[in-house]
Amino acid sequence: MAEHTSSYAPSNALEKWVDDRLPIIRFSKEHLMDYPTPKNLNYWWTFGGILATMLVIQIVTGVVLAMHYTPEASLAFDSVELIKRDVSGGRILQAVHSTGASMFFLAVYIHIFRGLFFGSYKAPREILWMLGVLIMLLMMAAAFFGYVLPWGQMSFWAATVITNIFAAIPVIGDPLLSLLRGGFAVGNPTLNRFFSLHYLTPFIIAAVVVLHIWALHVPGNNNPVGVDVKSSRDTVPFHPYYTMKDLFGIVVFLIPFAWVVFFAPDILGHSSNYVMANPLVTPPEIVPEWYFLPFYAILRSIDFPILFIDSKLLGVIFFAGSILILFFVPWLDRSKVRSGTFRPLFKPFYWLFVLNFLMLMYLGSQSTTIWWVPVLGKVGVVYYFAYFLIILPLLPRFEVTRPLPASISESVLRPART
Amino acid sequence: MPGTKAQMNYTKTLAAVVLSGLLLAAAPVLADDAKPAAAAAPAATTTATPAATGDSSPAALPAGSVLVTEEPDIPLQSWSFSGPFGKYDQNQLRRGFQVFKEVCSNCHSAHLFAFRNLDEDGGPEYSAAQVKALAATYQVSDPTAKGGKRAALPSDYWPSPFATEQDARDANGGALPPDFSVLAKARGAERPLLSWMRDIIFAYQEGGPDYIHALLNGFHDQVPANIVNADGTPFKLPAGKYYNDIFPGHAIGMPPPLSDGLVKYAKGEDGSTVPETVEQYSHDVAAFMMWLSEPSLNQRKESGFRVIMFLILFAVIMWLVKRRIWSNVEGH
Repeated sequence: MAEHTSSYAPSNALEKWVDDRLPIIRFSKEHLMDYPTPKNLNYWWTFGGILATMLVIQIVTGVVLAMHYTPEASLAFDSVELIKRDVSGGRILQAVHSTGASMFFLAVYIHIFRGLFFGSYKAPREILWMLGVLIMLLMMAAAFFGYVLPWGQMSFWAATVITNIFAAIPVIGDPLLSLLRGGFAVGNPTLNRFFSLHYLTPFIIAAVVVLHIWALHVPGNNNPVGVDVKSSRDTVPFHPYYTMKDLFGIVVFLIPFAWVVFFAPDILGHSSNYVMANPLVTPPEIVPEWYFLPFYAILRSIDFPILFIDSKLLGVIFFAGSILILFFVPWLDRSKVRSGTFRPLFKPFYWLFVLNFLMLMYLGSQSTTIWWVPVLGKVGVVYYFAYFLIILPLLPRFEVTRPLPASISESVLRPART
Repeated sequence: MPGTKAQMNYTKTLAAVVLSGLLLAAAPVLADDAKPAAAAAPAATTTATPAATGDSSPAALPAGSVLVTEEPDIPLQSWSFSGPFGKYDQNQLRRGFQVFKEVCSNCHSAHLFAFRNLDEDGGPEYSAAQVKALAATYQVSDPTAKGGKRAALPSDYWPSPFATEQDARDANGGALPPDFSVLAKARGAERPLLSWMRDIIFAYQEGGPDYIHALLNGFHDQVPANIVNADGTPFKLPAGKYYNDIFPGHAIGMPPPLSDGLVKYAKGEDGSTVPETVEQYSHDVAAFMMWLSEPSLNQRKESGFRVIMFLILFAVIMWLVKRRIWSNVEGH
């Protein structure tokens, strides 16, 4: 931002000495305190801070859990149980970490859907958005690796089913599968490498988060009306205004989080995962964690071949495409207006997209032997891709957007009639 | 604080989201109410297993017959430890332990269950001396002891009835009696999927004990006449198996383990008695198994209340501070 100049003046000789060599205090003052932030951000914007908090919670609890966990196939299952029984505070650490994964995804989905509604991916925030999609992909990898570690039946069979997806890739599929599993079947080598990778991914995520925040601080925040910041009247310093608002949001978010941790710690899991992994017994149903269900439903809905591509590979293409397509959203959406608030045609399609996502989530949990599951699944897949490939590019041709406020201050003082 | 129009818009959106969530949560309640009517048409769409929805059409089956693959409903029980306020009933845990000790533990192991757990808070809470005396009556393997065996200490784990899995199978007609350590969490009652929100709010965690109670009460001497295979022929029990309503596939390797009067409960200090019936035993042992799976449930809920109360109070303070800080911003 143009008017974003540093107000930092070292207050003593030591600070001045440090500032001349490593201007870290200046940097913190500029980016964590003075950073000019649009003053009209609503509570959907607190999810950025919530996500940063969740990452820290997951890393801290994870590092301590790793001190007590045994990544060996015959001991892993019991070691998780013993953490809960015999490690001081282990019961809470383990529940926070496993529930934390779910809460992390809940927050990231809200954060992404917020971006999709308010057009936060549009110029000049394309790289910011793409880094965000990359973080979500890394989170999915981390969550999958982590889910395998307790080495229950669902861990084992999820590892088998998900690694199998890679076997569908032509030519390199089989070697890739062996590399992932560390053998021809999921076993102790798989557990060892997944533990190693599970410890690695969060730190890669943290690094990409730094880039994500860097990319945020160059153009500054988008905001609910989607109008650029025009003057300093439109902004407030990040601290204390947004540190306080985010902190409030974080504490509120921790309430349902704590509820699940302390009152229903197993409700998001599956009872099969309290049976130790057994390669000889397939559980009656293999269901991924709830946050993978929409994408799992897309994978399963493609049960037909097209030309020379068999149904398995086609399913994988759609599955991967459903996430990779997010990278292209900044160029697929041709509307010049950022915020969905001023786009009357966009709004119903957007909310239908949200419902469609929830429907796919539900379908992913249901057995494909029920006749309407694959049928509705195909409808869901069509709408999912049509939203990005047809609706977002073509909608601006027909849409008459509502007049935008002249500035953020005006929108705050004289809200437009909705 | 008079909200701006834009803010009210988000409030409306939020309200819509919450409302639709509540509707989702309410749907299964309504569906449950509708169940008796639906039950008249057996095996129509409720079965999720491939065998049931395979080639045979349910219409070809004789009236009143039930497919062997159909999963029966598990009646939900009332447990002292259910819900956010629920706690274990110490006397029930002691009775359940007695059933486990005298009946179940002849075949079932519980390798994560240590004698010392019996005097820990929130459990059966025997005295340390009682636990020590009890442990001493059991022999555990110890390669460093003379003869490889010694009397157990409170720090020892409950000795398994069989040395190896193969021994256990050989003694039980090829079936392996599952370990009890976390068994109550490894089983569950089938829940309508969309009830998850209701289950989170009411902290429903008792699917395992519900299942165990139903299983222990689900034995029949004879296969009920209306149970049929997918091709319509009457279901026949394989040799050495027993018929159970709840067990998937109905053929269970475990003979009915409980019978009325099998375990003699001691009278209470006030002379009160507890019925010595299969129904009562199964309740007690299911509660005990839940405790085995989660020995610190009481403490978990107690700390949960402190944490939630703190967070709510903290949130209120944060909100007041936030409001005050924002009070000098135009439009707020």
